[in-house]
This record gives sequence, structure tokens and C-alpha cells, in this order.
Amino acid sequence: MADIHSVIGTKNKKGQTYTDTWKLMNEAPRTPSFYTGSEVIKEAVRRASCDVMIAYPITPQSEAAALIGELFAEGYIGDYFRGESEFAVMSQCAGAAFGGARVFTTTAGPGTMRAMENFPMWSGARLPIQMIVTCRGINSPLSIQPDTLEIAYLLNTGMLVWHAETAQDFFDWILKGYMVSEEPDVHLPLALCCDGFFVTHTKDVVNLTPADMCLPPYDPYRSPVPCMDMECPPVRMMRDPFVMKSNYISYATHASWQQEVWAAVERSRKHSIKWLNGLIDVENADAEIMLLASGTAVSQSREAIRLLEDEGVRCGLVKVKTLRPWPEEEIREATKNAKHIFVPEFNVTGWLAKELKATIPNHERVHAGPRVAGGMTMPPEIIVNEIKTTLGLKKSFVMAGRGS
Amino acid sequence: MSQYRVLPGPEHFLPPAAASMGIRLPNPGEAHINGVITSEEKAYEEAAKQFLMAKVPTLFPGPLVLWAWNEKAAKKATAIRHLYDTLKECVQPGQKPMLIPMPDYRPKYPKINPEVEINPNHPNLTIWHNKIDCCMFIGVHCHQANLSLKIIRGGTSCYTIAMCAQAGHEDAMLSFRDASVEKIMTLAEWVRKLKGTVQPRLTSAKSGASN
Repeated sequence: MADIHSVIGTKNKKGQTYTDTWKLMNEAPRTPSFYTGSEVIKEAVRRASCDVMIAYPITPQSEAAALIGELFAEGYIGDYFRGESEFAVMSQCAGAAFGGARVFTTTAGPGTMRAMENFPMWSGARLPIQMIVTCRGINSPLSIQPDTLEIAYLLNTGMLVWHAETAQDFFDWILKGYMVSEEPDVHLPLALCCDGFFVTHTKDVVNLTPADMCLPPYDPYRSPVPCMDMECPPVRMMRDPFVMKSNYISYATHASWQQEVWAAVERSRKHSIKWLNGLIDVENADAEIMLLASGTAVSQSREAIRLLEDEGVRCGLVKVKTLRPWPEEEIREATKNAKHIFVPEFNVTGWLAKELKATIPNHERVHAGPRVAGGMTMPPEIIVNEIKTTLGLKKSFVMAGRGS
Repeated sequence: MSQYRVLPGPEHFLPPAAASMGIRLPNPGEAHINGVITSEEKAYEEAAKQFLMAKVPTLFPGPLVLWAWNEKAAKKATAIRHLYDTLKECVQPGQKPMLIPMPDYRPKYPKINPEVEINPNHPNLTIWHNKIDCCMFIGVHCHQANLSLKIIRGGTSCYTIAMCAQAGHEDAMLSFRDASVEKIMTLAEWVRKLKGTVQPRLTSAKSGASN
């Protein structure tokens, strides 16, 4: 069986040194760089030893996809091409991953929805593809602005789903994501989400690892399923599915296969904890008022906490890093002292609040809001106002008019 | 720690995946028995006992050790043959060790021949037909092993052991990880060491669900 560690210390054709990932992420020197989120995606992929990237333009991920095309031109990626549509892209990603390649792609909004059929297929086939989801509105009337509704649809695909707050998260998690999703006991696709524009089109200082160091390559022989073989499951399952055989054991086999995918999501916990330093981050864990958020709503919540502190109101924060696996136990522990838990979200349905309510005891403590959608910003003041209104505290300021 | 235990079935019409019930895989150097993390040494002893107690202890080698696709696979195959020969030497009259291959994963319709091989999608048929009450998976791709182990747990009372080359299997009653030639040989040594000290069961596997 191939041994990926044998390449550590050797150089690839671009002169990058294959580096032990733990050392790369935790010990290598970091250089502060002022980049947009899209540029950060490019820089992470430069270091990710990707074999294949497949692109299709849809805002706000187009820029990142185009920048990765430059990486291909520079020779950092084995193959790069544009698919005919998002559905085609995700199918082509599957083909490349079946063939044993490390695959990367990016998507957003309606494109993610168009490709949706592929995602449970990726999970069922145990393909560790990494897909960046730069979230945007998906519904009519058309919006290209950030809105995290599409994450709700990804939660039940069997993929790992992580939600990055900042471009720094993005850089680190793209590289770490491969380490988790390629573990033999996991071997699942990863939807690494961020809130489009807020992260992708905003410049920020990001600490980058050296460009001449890269991840060890993917070793397809560590896959828990056989490499591409049209006669063996999972490929055979698609060609000759069990549902065509009407007997108990055929159904039991299919059911067991589905369970196995979700078992693999569970197995990703220990690896995610190791690489992300926990599935959640907690501040002021003993506070009676807590905010629980993911993505850029975490940043807005931090600012709201600062504003509240100025007024003598103490508030805590739970930053949810992984949505799948869902950090159930960690959240129960982090919110055990909270009398009120507020969940600010950038979507109209409030999927994060629903997940939380299904997780903790006494879920009447959960206040599902504030929420904005369709690309609206969420000023920290509205989080402050939501908390004050709910708790009957005196409002100390008036929101500025935000009309056109 | 989870209260759930991975025990011989028949457990349920559709048993849950043990991972979803809080069972966690062992770290390097560890194993698990019934979902409880333990030392490898204890697992060797327990696996050897289960083999020696069984009426029909059976090895199910999979494609990763049946096909000589690399040098390691060929060496493992030799070690598995040694383990089987050791089992044959160490059992008592009335016990019937078996070696039933799983050469590939293709669904075999309309029916498989359980005399000849185990079909991963119908593992219960092979177990029922041969009255297997203890089996060990080795050289089976992880995903496929998990599938089969769960079907076995759902529909039979067979005690399952997994000798996994990678991270192990929650759905087996006992699982090693990072399997190597040395580990297979160590298990054979334990079988020899416990020879004559373990009383075989009088009954073999019960069937549960129907096909």
C-alpha cells in the first residue's frame, strides 16, 4: 500500500516541499498578507496539492474559480476546466475523485441548488471532494448578495459542512479540510461555506504559510471503497441499484449504506476537533445571555457583545465551526448556564436556531433572531436591540435610517 | 461515554450504525470490545477466546488480501492461512473452522452460493447456511465491511471481529486497527496459547430476520 509519508520533505514539480500537514499548519512561519477572500482561496489551493479543479462561473465564487485558473496556468494544479453547468461540474468532480484525484471546486447560490443531486451521490460514493460554497441568495427575486439559506439544503446531504467566519478561517480550513475528509474512516466530501462578498470580496489581513510548502498528495489507496470500478459498489450501486431488487435484504443493504455515510460524518468529529481545535469556540461561557452563531454572524455578534459590555450587560458567544458534524454535546455544555440564547442569522428560515432548539434542553431559551436575508447587512446594533427588546432592557440608541 | 454496546444480534429490523450511537473508533495502539476502547493485548485474548468458543469459527478474507495486488497483501494472505491452520489445530472435536473468501463485491443475483463465498450484500445468507457463530473480516474495504457487519448484527447472532488495516470498525463486536502481518500472527499465537483452556459452545448462530 502506498505510503504518503514517504514524500514528506521531497519537492513537487513547482519546487514546493511536501510538508507534514500538522507542521505546516501549526509550526511553519506565517506571513501577514492583505488579500480578498477569493485571493485567499487561491493561496490555499496553491498549497493544497490539488489534482483537479473544475469551474463554472456564478457570483460570488467566479473570481476564486478564475484565480485558480491562474494557478493551473502556473502549473500548481494537474487539470482545470470549465464545466457546462454546475450539475456537470459536480458530476465531473465525481469522475475525477472516483479516479483517485484530489478535487476542488467552488459554487454559490442557485448553482449549488442546480447541482444538488450530486451531493448525496458524492457522500454515498465516499468521495472526499472539497467544495467551497460562497453563499448567496437562491430564491426569486434574484439576488447575488450573501444569504446562507443554501446551507440548510446541504445539511442533509451526508457531506461535512463547515462554516467559516473569516478569510483566515478559510485559508486554514481549506487545507485542514482535506486532512479530515480524506481520513479513511471519514472519506466524505466537504462543503466549506462562507458568506459571499462579506468574506470573498473583502480585503483582510490573513496569515499565510510559506508558498513553497504544500500538503502531501492524496493517497487514493487509503480510501475505504475500491477505486473506480464499474462492477463494484458504490459505482455498481448506481448502475444496478438495490431498489430494483424487491426484497428485504436489498432494502436493508441500501439502508445500511445510508447509515454508513452518516456514521462517517460522526467519525469526522475526532479529526475535526484535532484540526480545528474544537468544533465550537466559546467566550464568556458563564454568561446568562449567550449568542450562538456561525459564519460572519459571529463577527457581528462579537461587536454586539462589545457594545453591550459598554452598557454593563454581559453576554457570551458560541461560534459554531462545524455544522456537520453538529457539535451537539459541546453546545449543550456551552449553553448550560444560559437563560437566554440569541441566534443571529443571515437567512430567512433560521435553520441554525432550529438545529439549536433540537439540541438543548429547555429550548424556550432560544430566541431565533435577529435575522436578515437577501444580502442585507446585520449591524451589531440590531443584535443589541433584539436582546434588549426581548429582555425588557432600555434601548440606549436609535437605529439610523437605512432607506434608499 | 456511550451506554450503547455492540453485541451479537439479532438486534433490530434495521439496527443503527454504532457510530451514530456514540461508539468511537480506537486510536493507534488500541482496539475495542463491544464498543468499549481497550488495549490490543486484551483484544487478542478475547478474539482468541471467541474463536475457541465458537462452533464454526470462520475467517472472511476480502479482496485486499485475496488478490496479490502488492507485496504486503501476499504476505498478509500467508499469515491468514497460518491463522486458519492454527485454528484447525487448536479447536476441539465438533468445532468446524472455515475460511470463506469474499473475492469481490459485485451483487450476485438471483442468489449466491454460500458454500463457496460470502457476498457482502447478503452476508447473513452465508452465516445462516454454515451456522457460523464467530467470524473475522480481514482485507475487506472499510465501507463494505461496515455494511456487511451491520447486516450481520441485524439478522444473526454471529460474533463479529474486524481486523482492519485502517481505523477499525464500530459495527464489529471486536475490532483491531492498523492490521499487519505481525498482528495476524500474534492473534494466531494467542489462539495457540489458549488452546484447551476454553470450552466450546454447544449451539451455533441463531438466525433472525428473513430474506
